[in-house]
Amino acid sequence: MKTEILDAVESKNLKENMPHFEIGDVVDVHCRIQEGDKTRTQIFNGTVIARSGRGINETFTVRRIVGQEGVERIFPLHSPNVLDIKAVRSGRTRRAKLYYLRERTGKSVRLAQRHSDHTVKN
Amino acid sequence: MAMLLGKKVGMTQVYNESGSLVPVTVIQAGPCVVMQIKTGDSDGYDAVQLGFEDVKASRRKMPQVGSAKKAQTVPKRFVREMRLGDGEASDYKPGDSITVSVFSDGGMVDVIGTSKGKGYAGVMKRHGFGGFPASHGTERKHRAPGSIASYASNAGHGAGPKKGKRMAGRMGGRLVTGKNHELLSIDEDRNLLVVKGSVAGPAGGYCIVRSAKKR
Repeated sequence: MKTEILDAVESKNLKENMPHFEIGDVVDVHCRIQEGDKTRTQIFNGTVIARSGRGINETFTVRRIVGQEGVERIFPLHSPNVLDIKAVRSGRTRRAKLYYLRERTGKSVRLAQRHSDHTVKN
Repeated sequence: MAMLLGKKVGMTQVYNESGSLVPVTVIQAGPCVVMQIKTGDSDGYDAVQLGFEDVKASRRKMPQVGSAKKAQTVPKRFVREMRLGDGEASDYKPGDSITVSVFSDGGMVDVIGTSKGKGYAGVMKRHGFGGFPASHGTERKHRAPGSIASYASNAGHGAGPKKGKRMAGRMGGRLVTGKNHELLSIDEDRNLLVVKGSVAGPAGGYCIVRSAKKR
């Protein structure tokens, strides 16, 4: 009863058409950025290494390498500031959390490509 | 002045327009039934008595059952009065039902709840005292209050510590008024109020929601 009511309150804030993406995908995250009174869209490109939480608290972690340095961003899935998530390329994975990628550098960071229908470019 | 009785459902989060996540408390408020109208002539003061949540007549005492019968309703579990100011007349009649529609979106409300009981708590927990160091020779006094008075000090002397000296004791389990909570949304179908911030008491605890007094 209690969770039912709370879920109903939360559900108004949940996104209805959630783009499908999987762990190991290389994604373009379109995020809204406020600069003064101007807003613009920034694209963060990287590999999805984790998805956690449920309901309105669900988040996903995107990792990319920017000049020798690993950068990770955690996005709230249902945030209005996350405008779109486009899966560009799918990677073959055997686990749900790809934290082992943090210890890797260079060529070994890449995941073997898996051809999947849900990516923009198959 | 609007007032409703309700029950805390729990807390969650919602996004606001700027995209930041706001902590909210969901309160199931009303529908409340007007049990009795008190007037200056008959009772010495003006008030509207509200009741919330039905209860079996066998679980209430006869005076409560009788009072409910007068308002042509069933006994209620939670009954509280809404005091009316001088000359403020109410157009409610006994038996009337009040719903969340008395509040308006974006308004401010005060929420009164009974805080969770913490039992007999020490001064660190109850009053936020600093305690003593964990080491450097401190023995058996890590959470002690320190000096409470001496023969000659501003903390009190002679007759003992000053009145109101903060000490250990029962904590929680008292009425706490949370003032000026923003009312983020109202769900008239489910009788829900979504209020910004936290509200005293456990989920399932009874609370009183009224339009903000100081605003």
